[in-house]
Amino acid sequence: MTVAVIRQRNLFGVVVLTSIYSFLMASVLIVLDAVDVAMTEASVGAGVSTVILLATLHLIKSTEMRPSGPHVLALFVAAGTGAILIWGTLALPPFGTADSVIHQHVAPRYLAESIKETTVPNIVTAVLADYRGYDTLGETTVIFTAGIGVMLLLRGARRRSRAREDEPR
Amino acid sequence: MNLDVILRIVTKLILPFILLFALYVQFHGDFGPGGGFQAGVIAAGMVILLAITFGLEAAQRIAPQAVVQRMIPLGVLIYVGTGLMGLLFGENFLDYSVLAREAAQGRHLGIFLVEVGVLVTVSGTMTAMFYAFVERGR
Repeated sequence: MTVAVIRQRNLFGVVVLTSIYSFLMASVLIVLDAVDVAMTEASVGAGVSTVILLATLHLIKSTEMRPSGPHVLALFVAAGTGAILIWGTLALPPFGTADSVIHQHVAPRYLAESIKETTVPNIVTAVLADYRGYDTLGETTVIFTAGIGVMLLLRGARRRSRAREDEPR
Repeated sequence: MNLDVILRIVTKLILPFILLFALYVQFHGDFGPGGGFQAGVIAAGMVILLAITFGLEAAQRIAPQAVVQRMIPLGVLIYVGTGLMGLLFGENFLDYSVLAREAAQGRHLGIFLVEVGVLVTVSGTMTAMFYAFVERGR
């Protein structure tokens, strides 16, 4: 799939393939019992971002240009980063172990106390909105900033081009 | 008559259910999977689907651009406002236990309000971004 996305020169095909990829990842996340994340992946990855990418394709040419030549430096950077990431995963605990460090810190307390302390049965929601309220506030601010940024960029460019059209010739 | 008619009728049929599902994900987020972010994206998805099938004007009639744009900061303000209630009553920022007489009930209410803030910002941002891209293409 990834290879197909990289080899594909028609950007419409790329958008469709990434959308299918998002749906597949959503199914994987459901299998992993992370329904919240699966819902996000399906709606954002496969839904909204596909539509926004298609709207972008409407603005630009839909065929990717041929690369001007082999980028040796880029290959080295990509291969090096990939190697470092894989090296980093070697030290991780085996997938799904219950007694790994991350499950020993605050997670048991959340599991035991969150219903008593917040009366919210969904611990994910309790952790996101209450125990980690600062993080979620930060995330909301990130979305706010992203939205404002996109709108400023698109609007600003449009106003400038319109001003140019209005100039007396 | 063209093939559009199938798309239009099917879209008309499922639109209310998408919105209902968004509300379910929002208000049932305390009990089942979901929350403000997911609900916001689903609600925005409904508006986008409407815009794709029936045109931008139809979508902007139910979600006017001015409203959508004001929703982006409004959600953050709801979130921060809920957090500031804690400060006002002499507790920490984002400590919701002051919102009701019982601490646990207050935290439940606080989670609910915060999720509403997230919903407003996310749905506003997604819809406004879509509008911005579409209007740019005109």
